[in-house]
Amino acid sequence: MVIYGVALLAGCMLVGLIIGDVLGQLLGIDANLGGVGIAMLLLIFVTGYLKTHDHLPESTESGINFWNAMYIPIVVAMAASQNVAAAFSGGMVAILAGALAVVLGLAMVPLLTGKRVEDATPLDARPAAPVQGRTH
Amino acid sequence: MNDSIMSLLDKYHLIAAFAVIGLTMFISHWMSRHLTANRLHGSAIAILIGLALAYFGGIYTGGSHGLADVSLFTGLGLMGGGMLRDLAIIATAYGVRFSEIKKAGVRGLIALFAGVLVSFLAGAVVAVGFGYTSAVDITTIAAGAVTYIVGPVTGATLGASSEVVALSIAAGLVKSILTMVATPLVARMIGLDNPRSAMIFGGLIGTTSGVAAGLAATDARLVPYGAMTATFYTGLGILLAPTVLFLGVRMFF
Repeated sequence: MVIYGVALLAGCMLVGLIIGDVLGQLLGIDANLGGVGIAMLLLIFVTGYLKTHDHLPESTESGINFWNAMYIPIVVAMAASQNVAAAFSGGMVAILAGALAVVLGLAMVPLLTGKRVEDATPLDARPAAPVQGRTH
Repeated sequence: MNDSIMSLLDKYHLIAAFAVIGLTMFISHWMSRHLTANRLHGSAIAILIGLALAYFGGIYTGGSHGLADVSLFTGLGLMGGGMLRDLAIIATAYGVRFSEIKKAGVRGLIALFAGVLVSFLAGAVVAVGFGYTSAVDITTIAAGAVTYIVGPVTGATLGASSEVVALSIAAGLVKSILTMVATPLVARMIGLDNPRSAMIFGGLIGTTSGVAAGLAATDARLVPYGAMTATFYTGLGILLAPTVLFLGVRMFF
């Protein structure tokens, strides 16, 4: 049933967030430390286990895949509810500090990625032909 | 008649948001195909439209949630809010190969620490350049350049003034918005086309909304890898900024 997939996703999210919260408290910070990332790992392991034991029928999968496919629309809604006006009324200090952080961060990506080896090959070697409405 | 339609849309705000975003996606993909010959990704155009609408929404209402403050569009706040966004981010991990994550694990961890440090330094240098001399002010603005959550949390811990806290939030917002816009433009130049560089990118930039939208506009298949590391960034920033990094700043000021 589709709801099994959605519930599985929700369960992983809640467990991940709880672990992240406990980690934050242990370190004495008022924040969730990587709860979403932990939930992602949980989902990878649980669905991997269920798949190898043939307990993940297509209908369950589609409950997860729906939210996967909703990712980009949700991000567009997120962009539309950002406080863009405040960002650009903060003055030059804010604009320069933010911009410099982005420029330096982006510039360091190739430095840390290092030489291209076989585990850093592009996801598709084919010439990029954007597919309409592609999500994955 | 007009009033009753307005109140109906207000009542069913999330449904209205689905329709509005669906229309935005349709227009963006149409523009991508017919105006840019597929050179600019439809998702990238959609995010740019979203940001532009958020700007006008913010100017029009004076609120802090962009277009979501306009009464017709309140559902955008729920649809694009933290809860559904995180659910969708987690769903993108479905089908990811764990071996890819393991291979980039150590580099991802290094990228996290390097990312917090570099962003903090960038913010600190700019703050000093603009004449700030108190260690609390410099640290708070620098923490804002980490993310717009780390800034105010650090400011509150250190007892910074509300103007400086507002400045640090603005710095974090600029970082997030610039990441959304710049990532698809420079992706090829920085080799952002594989899981490993996506994980490093997530760790270096860290601001979840920026990474989420920047990768979505570049190649949606990279999202889970970047999001995986970025999700630890804000926590690490909150851990380091008011403690080790503040002590570091105080050694000089």
